[in-house]
Amino acid sequence: MTEEKHIDIDYTAKLARINLTDAEKEKLSEQLDSIIGYVEKLEELDTEGVEPTAHPHPVYNVWQEDEVKGELSTEEALKNAPAQRDNMIVVPKVVD
Amino acid sequence: MSKELHYKSASELSELLEKKELSAVDLMKATIARTKEVEDKVGAFNSYDEVDALAQADASDARRAAGGSFGPLDGIPVGIKDNLAVNGQPLTCSSKMLEKFVSPYDATCIEKLKSQGAVLWGRLNLDEYAMGSSTENSAFKTTSNPWNLDCIPGGSSGGSAAAAAAGQAVMTLGSDTGGSIRQPASHCGVVGLKPTYGRVSRYGLAAFASSLDQVGPLTRNVKDAALLLQAISGHDERDSTSYKVSTPNFLEAMEKQRGHKWTLGLPKEYFATAADTPAMKPVLEAIEFYRSLGCEIKEVSLPHTDYAVATYYIIATAEASSNLARYDGIRYTHRAEKFDAKDSVDIYCQSRAEGFGEEVKRRVILGTYVLSSGYYDAYYLKAQKVRTLIRRDFENAFKEVDALLTPTSPTPAFKKGEKASDPLSMYLSDIYTISANLAGIPGMSLPCGYSDGLPVGLQILGKPFKEDELLSIAHEFEMAHDFKDQHPSL
Amino acid sequence: MEYEAVIGLEVHVQIKAESKIFSRVRAGYGHEPNTMVDPVVMGLPGALPVMNKAALDGIIKAGLALNCTIPESCKWDRKNYFYPDSPNNYQITQYDQPICDGGFVEIELPGHNRGEMGEHKKIALTRIHLENDVGKLNHFADDSLVDYNRAFTSLMEIVSEPDMRSGEEAFAFLTAIRQTMIYCGISDCDMEKGQMRADANISVRPVGQKELGQKIELKNLNSITGVKNGIEYEIKRQTRELKKGNTIKQATWRWNADLGQTEMMREKEDAHDYRYFPDPDLMPVRIDEDWKTKLQNEIPELPWDKQRRFIEEYDLPFSITSVLVPDRILSDWFEAAAKQEPKLAQAIGNLVANDLLRDLSEAGMSIDTCKITPDTLLGLVKVVDQGIIPKNVANKDVFPEMFKTGETAEEVIERKGLKPDFDEGQVKVWCQEAIDENPKPVQNYKDGNEKSLNALLGPVMKKSKGKANPQLVNKIIRELID
Ligand SMILES: [Mg+2]
Ligand SMILES: [Zn+2]
Repeated sequence: MTEEKHIDIDYTAKLARINLTDAEKEKLSEQLDSIIGYVEKLEELDTEGVEPTAHPHPVYNVWQEDEVKGELSTEEALKNAPAQRDNMIVVPKVVD
Repeated sequence: MSKELHYKSASELSELLEKKELSAVDLMKATIARTKEVEDKVGAFNSYDEVDALAQADASDARRAAGGSFGPLDGIPVGIKDNLAVNGQPLTCSSKMLEKFVSPYDATCIEKLKSQGAVLWGRLNLDEYAMGSSTENSAFKTTSNPWNLDCIPGGSSGGSAAAAAAGQAVMTLGSDTGGSIRQPASHCGVVGLKPTYGRVSRYGLAAFASSLDQVGPLTRNVKDAALLLQAISGHDERDSTSYKVSTPNFLEAMEKQRGHKWTLGLPKEYFATAADTPAMKPVLEAIEFYRSLGCEIKEVSLPHTDYAVATYYIIATAEASSNLARYDGIRYTHRAEKFDAKDSVDIYCQSRAEGFGEEVKRRVILGTYVLSSGYYDAYYLKAQKVRTLIRRDFENAFKEVDALLTPTSPTPAFKKGEKASDPLSMYLSDIYTISANLAGIPGMSLPCGYSDGLPVGLQILGKPFKEDELLSIAHEFEMAHDFKDQHPSL
Repeated sequence: MEYEAVIGLEVHVQIKAESKIFSRVRAGYGHEPNTMVDPVVMGLPGALPVMNKAALDGIIKAGLALNCTIPESCKWDRKNYFYPDSPNNYQITQYDQPICDGGFVEIELPGHNRGEMGEHKKIALTRIHLENDVGKLNHFADDSLVDYNRAFTSLMEIVSEPDMRSGEEAFAFLTAIRQTMIYCGISDCDMEKGQMRADANISVRPVGQKELGQKIELKNLNSITGVKNGIEYEIKRQTRELKKGNTIKQATWRWNADLGQTEMMREKEDAHDYRYFPDPDLMPVRIDEDWKTKLQNEIPELPWDKQRRFIEEYDLPFSITSVLVPDRILSDWFEAAAKQEPKLAQAIGNLVANDLLRDLSEAGMSIDTCKITPDTLLGLVKVVDQGIIPKNVANKDVFPEMFKTGETAEEVIERKGLKPDFDEGQVKVWCQEAIDENPKPVQNYKDGNEKSLNALLGPVMKKSKGKANPQLVNKIIRELID
């Protein structure tokens, strides 16, 4: 990894879907840079052949049988919606 | 009564309730009165609903009157961290994003408490989405440390720790992703226990980092921690990461294990960095206490300790960046009033800009970065591999010892605002607690003394699913000291 | 210069199940909006996914039926992208360890005519993986409305290699997948209900060129014919552009079935950055031999194998098998009769493929509610074979009655008095009369024109008032002349 700025803050903030002001961008990219600089200490470690841990106590095949076990009423499901019509959530027109 | 009602333990109160020397309604009234008395100073609560709590207490009294008590928790007020779903109650995660959100369902641990008659009391403050170590990242208020109102209570379960310490609830639930139960417990002089990953269902806990999060108790004594842990433990088929393992009777196990000569390990890497800070003194004295009991004290090594914080911040932020994507201004969160309607993503960008606080933005962007194209292997995959090494360190240490003793936090509670501008130094204050989350092992913080008038915690780390041993070890210390009966003057 | 197209398909198929893939709320189509939701489907804070065993069974079965390798284990990943129909803004899918590897789909291209089997070909698959479906957006003039009923329905994605060369092959590919899924009971693949959806990657290159041309993605192929027409249109368009010397730009296009043309949706913006990582909420899946064997045993004989067997075992013409085999129930129904009397299979097949299907469709019925059973149909074929009634009587008079009432052939014959009231001796007399009355055809026959004897059939049938068995008549006439 390079020694100059690590993070493309515009690109990453857009990916994360968060608008940032210029001041926020400046502050954040500086802070994140020092954090990223810090976490890069992991490079020191040789992890060749080490299995990654995704779960602390891995088990397999955790499933349920195909049975219906309840639901939320439409009213309950939509009661926190910022905008609704005809029992659906209103969103700005999106082009798919 | 020998002490004020609001500082009595759950087991004492349970006995009074059982003997009908106290009603749940009177207990709840006393709890409400105490809450109001000190809340201006402490600021532990995001909200509470007196009417609802009294109704729950009333139902409890009715059960007891009919001879159908649900057990030792029936009628006991339990404070709930505001990131656990309670049907019909606000669930804010101390975020503007969820300021108006009311949960339409119960978390599994809440369902369990309800079925045992506990009175769910209030919504306790936290760092926004549990991201922080000081509770200063709440969008609503800063909770104060009951021992020194200028200091932070720790975090992210700062409200839960402060409320327990201040007698605003008999006990509380918190969540711990990197120390968020143990560190505030340590700072507020209460007992905090992070169970083994998979012991308590995460269903209904607003996720911060799914592979690290656990729900656990914060209480004023060890037996209450056992009692509350007992109530919320157990396999849950709604959480695929919940482990199929039986729950022991913790109180019975503690009774059986009394006087056991434990082999206790001191991880040399933890003590090397802590050296002889003032906060270390009570911890060293606690270690001497165990030696005096006849326990064998052994130095052990956790060689990858130095990499834990880096590993943690990669894994936790990566998972968080994805877990928090659902807070988007569409279905149930804050939606920006003004956004660029021609830009189909602006409704997200603007709602999230307004709804998330600074620390959440920082972590979501960091997590997005470490997962983004070209960086995954260098950061996330690497961190998962180092996580394996950290897990193995503990496995090796536990071949030699029953449990590990360490400080919970490098320092006692710091002053409000002190670390707010330096996120990295804030992150580093978690160095003793986060490894337990990475390894998935249980950890507990126990009040063991003071430094400059602020409580200091002893951390006990144990083998997976050996919470009973942690509780037993802690109980030995607690019985020989009177920290559990020392309370802040408010 | 000659150009050729290179086509790969991504086919999404919903797996039939009572509940959703990661939640036990009911799954289904055509319900009131947002009535099949729960905390998981709404992506509420604290909600957690739990796998549905039926979805795993379904995809493993599909993988086995489509010749895939089923690895010993697979895991779940999150694909992160923001879209209003996606409750968590990530899809739970399988990135680098899908549950089915490789495999192929055997397809059949159209033959020279309906009676002739076309060329069979294998289209290689890259993989099949499992993932959650998303909700549905309903578009209006000023806004869109989201219904999450469909969200978290079990969805498998079948990804082909770029092995197809025409819209016709893509059509055959989808048809074969559809038949296999229906045969195995994995999905009904009703494209109108969104149970099967296809996207195509299409590029065109000069024949002989090794490298692939620039591909475009074609979406919104909402019917099997849409797939064929859309792809064919797009191949022509790209070929035209290349011939003009223009280059093809990477983009996403959509098939507009109403206008019968493709239209550009968007030029490829920056490549998507989906930030895949293992889903920490779900545990990996391990598939052992026992599980695979159990599912393998639930897979019925697949359509192509059945067709080959019908042709061989029952000597059925291709045209009849191509009617019977695509419908598993119909072909099983046929075989229930045919296997009892394999030498009568052709006659049975003809009745099923022609008369029975026609009457069912006219009555708007399905085979399950049909009053004729394989046994009674076999009974009808037998009475014809035994010469009790002629075939035309069986088809025109007996079969429709059996269809209406559910009677056996004998019962209908009895009730309607269709049994001939004369014996073989009488038929012989009529035949001799016919020979005497028609010397010319008889002479032609003797001169070597085999077919000329057909002219005697009519007169004999007339004498018997249509009740004589034509086969028997032919036989007797020959005997009398020879
Ligand atoms: Mg795809
Ligand atoms: Zn897909």
